[in-house]
Amino acid sequence: MDTGFIIEKFILVAVIFGISLVVAMYSTYAERKVAAFLQDRLGPDRAGPFGILQPLADGVKMFMKEEIIPTAANKFLFIAGPGLALLCACIGTAVIPWGSPMEIGGKLVPLQVADINVGVLYIFGVVSLGVYGVMIGGWASNNKYSLLSAIRAASQNISYEIAMGLSIIALLLMTNTLSLKTIVEQQHGFNWNAWYQPLGFLIFMICSFAETNRAPFDLPECETELIGGYHTEYSSMKLGFYLFAEYINMFVSSAVMATLYFGGYNYPGMDYMATLLGPTWAPLFGVAILFLKIVCFIFFFMWVRWTIPRFRYDQLMNLGWKVLIPLAIANIIVTGIVIAFVEKF
Amino acid sequence: MGTQVFYFVATLSIICSLMVVFAKNPIHSVLYLILTFFTFTVHYVLLNAQFLAVVNFIVYMGAIMVLFLFVLMLLNLNKESEPLKSPLIKIVGLIAGCCLVVTLIGSFKAASINSPLVLQNQGLGLVENLGKELFGPFLLPFELSSLLLLTAMVGAVLLSKKDEVES
Repeated sequence: MDTGFIIEKFILVAVIFGISLVVAMYSTYAERKVAAFLQDRLGPDRAGPFGILQPLADGVKMFMKEEIIPTAANKFLFIAGPGLALLCACIGTAVIPWGSPMEIGGKLVPLQVADINVGVLYIFGVVSLGVYGVMIGGWASNNKYSLLSAIRAASQNISYEIAMGLSIIALLLMTNTLSLKTIVEQQHGFNWNAWYQPLGFLIFMICSFAETNRAPFDLPECETELIGGYHTEYSSMKLGFYLFAEYINMFVSSAVMATLYFGGYNYPGMDYMATLLGPTWAPLFGVAILFLKIVCFIFFFMWVRWTIPRFRYDQLMNLGWKVLIPLAIANIIVTGIVIAFVEKF
Repeated sequence: MGTQVFYFVATLSIICSLMVVFAKNPIHSVLYLILTFFTFTVHYVLLNAQFLAVVNFIVYMGAIMVLFLFVLMLLNLNKESEPLKSPLIKIVGLIAGCCLVVTLIGSFKAASINSPLVLQNQGLGLVENLGKELFGPFLLPFELSSLLLLTAMVGAVLLSKKDEVES
């Protein structure tokens, strides 16, 4: 392997990692601002202009707090839990195509870390792995509430993974590929998958709310029943890791939704922009468009959180098993029939 | 490079699978099993079987082991509550294990691997080729195994339903 390739990928990974952390940091700020806006308050406005330094202040607070490990806890797993949660949240970004190949100094640089031909399944695997951080942390705390929360998280993730997988199958029937790069390239211009798969997108989005443990499906950290949920016993930066992992998960699932259903870096009039801006700046403009979509999705996540009350546990399971899974299967069948019909005539 | 990685990962899988058996705490056992499955995923990647690798990742690591962990956490096994195993079960286990060893040795001798196996079609593990194989020559076994799984699922649902009616 040549050194240029490794350096190129290394820089890309570092940039993506940095961006995900910054987005996660500012998501905490945005969450409070959005909540304030929806509840007719001001939100954080003391640290810096409009309170934009608030995430830094929060970070310093997290680091400075006392680190407590309960005596009866399993020490190794107690520390491994948050680390695993953050790791699983971060590695999902590796297969997302952030932009079309960019020309730097006469060399075409792909803005995607790894174009593996099972990209969709990889994302799915990472999502299903994410629950281990919560489960291990909840179990290792040796606290009944944490354990209950870990169990809730596990059953919730397993239930919603099925519907999520089924909704993706309908999409794959259309795209004929598992590579995220090809899926995005197929949605050139305004030919987005969401127009063909509205039901599939709806199911996928509901499931990603459940997979990221966001309201109205945040049963694992339901304060009224479980104190703080799986991170009840955590303090200092280990708690910070869990909170961070949630925001990075939100960022990654927004990116995945934008990529799979809303055209990724594609936008109407991109061919005109490509001739206008040239091969170096047009891809960057595409990246900006993708981030705009991601920001919209993150805003939607927050909007829902501060609007809809939390589900009851049986309602959550009913929705997953008796509504979403049959709907997803029906969606697959209808998609299959339509595709067979279109191919024949 | 490939061989070295293989030996490294193979050692890891053996160590992890031994730890599954020797770990005192059932939860640790399951966690070691998860690591073992992870090393299997790496083996699949080394064999260029990307689809199998990812499916192993999703199904075994992401779903089945989560359920294992889930059940163990619910049971909360410890020394006091662990049911004592009768000597009969131990003997049965020993005999079954010996049978497995004999079968494995027999199959290894029958295969008589002197030269390393070479994958005839390098791209066999990719999604497209695997799908063509599964839905072409192997359609009947594939459908039969899915039927078997469906039967098991229906059976499990039926068993749990019966309890509900009685209570």
